[in-house]
Amino acid sequence: MNYQIDSGATAWVLVSTALVLFMTPGLAFFYGGMVRSKNVLGMLMQNIFAMGLITILWVAVGFSLAFGGTNGWFGNLDFAFLKHINTVGELPGYTGAFALVIPPILFVAYQMMFAVITPALITGATADRLKFSAYAILIGVWAILVYPTVAHWVFSPNGWLFKKGALDFAGGAVVHINAGAAALAVILILKPRKGWPREAMPPHNLPFTVMGTGILWFGWFGFNAGSALAANGLAAQAVVNTHVAAAAAMLSWLLVEKLKAGHATTLGAVSGAVAGLVAITPCAGFVSASSAMLIGLLAGAVCYLCLTLKSRFGFDDSLDVIAVHLVGGLLGSLLLGVFSDVSINSLGADGLFNGGGASLLGKQALASIVVFAFSFVVTYVVALIINKTIGLRVSPEQELVGLDQSQHAETAYQA
Amino acid sequence: MQLITAIVKPFKLDDVKDALKAAGIQGITVSEVRGFGRQGGHTETYRGAEYKIDFVPKVRLEIVVDNSEVDRVVEAIKAAATTGKIGDGKIWVTNVERIVRIRTGEEGSDAI
Repeated sequence: MNYQIDSGATAWVLVSTALVLFMTPGLAFFYGGMVRSKNVLGMLMQNIFAMGLITILWVAVGFSLAFGGTNGWFGNLDFAFLKHINTVGELPGYTGAFALVIPPILFVAYQMMFAVITPALITGATADRLKFSAYAILIGVWAILVYPTVAHWVFSPNGWLFKKGALDFAGGAVVHINAGAAALAVILILKPRKGWPREAMPPHNLPFTVMGTGILWFGWFGFNAGSALAANGLAAQAVVNTHVAAAAAMLSWLLVEKLKAGHATTLGAVSGAVAGLVAITPCAGFVSASSAMLIGLLAGAVCYLCLTLKSRFGFDDSLDVIAVHLVGGLLGSLLLGVFSDVSINSLGADGLFNGGGASLLGKQALASIVVFAFSFVVTYVVALIINKTIGLRVSPEQELVGLDQSQHAETAYQA
Repeated sequence: MQLITAIVKPFKLDDVKDALKAAGIQGITVSEVRGFGRQGGHTETYRGAEYKIDFVPKVRLEIVVDNSEVDRVVEAIKAAATTGKIGDGKIWVTNVERIVRIRTGEEGSDAI
């Protein structure tokens, strides 16, 4: 090892690894509660299954494709099946100011949990109608072609977007814009649920959704603050920013909801919190707490107002992945260009409001557009191929009977 | 023998049950149902989208009684279940052809 292992950092990132993993079952329940009861197992299964499939693919090739080699555009297979991981001097690019103080294999494990949850986000948009086998193939291919590529461009210090100066503390682009773009691509091919938009399909178990949000919020401390890869003031700043943004977004969503729809709802409170958490993800280790509050306030309001995009454009994004993750991720990534502050993180840059001019904002816009375009196009092609071969969608009869029975021969609630 | 079927508001179930016990009824069957009459449904809001929910939760009671008891029991249910507001429900009476007590094989009034 070329560098010193910091035991505090290692302990913290070990915990963060578990925290981020916990977010995937959290997401499962967040979404699961919002679908109809005949589809709840289908939703839970898709999310839990990602923990299985993506893990194997990450260890096999994903990590290496994301963080191997020195090429700015593509990783390599130097670390396939994690060979050399315990003897490598330092991970490519993680040198000098970016040197890690945790064991490389821990970095692998921590990043793995991000790779797991990112494709799982798509399930919210495709709810109630995506064939399980098609889903499995879709995320499997995505975990090799799309996620590691975007992670390489943005997260790896050798990545070309990273080198251009685009910032993304914990995955505003790599996770949220990436998954949001992919979700949009898939639902354009998948087409709406039978009965949408006329038939009422209210959530079958909002207590699940609330519980899921609690787990997500809790885990997000690992997602954002763990990304400091150190147990220090920056991690603590990220904790505060994350929490404050979630709180602020909840309040602003509730306010807008009350004014526009007449009631402050439970679903609104948790959705607002998630929108704030999404928006702060790229910013968590680069902005001040007061900026985080503003980012949260904006995210809650803007994401709420984007809920109507789907009816306006006629796409059935069942659980608003686009309004919350794509829009939230875009908003956060761009606002980072406004609020970023080197006095919070010297490895960042000053944004528009901190004397940096529009330079960072421009880089953020570039990264956002590039990630969106790449993810959208590749996912669209992959989904199209799957659709033409085995078909993405369940049959109308299967959709009527529900995913639980048709895809898994199970019933969630034995009444 | 007659079957009395009553659809009442769920929160009225305890009052109706107490009234039936006071009237000497020894057995009732209760199920949770949904329905609408003239009450109509209500609206719920999820993420800004309003849903018109046509059905309203209700409770259905089924009681088998001797012909001589019918009027008394119907009155008891009606008195206990009433709130005066729309959606109080309905009671109807149908004929029972045959009734059997499973444990003993008794039939007719002995089985009630």
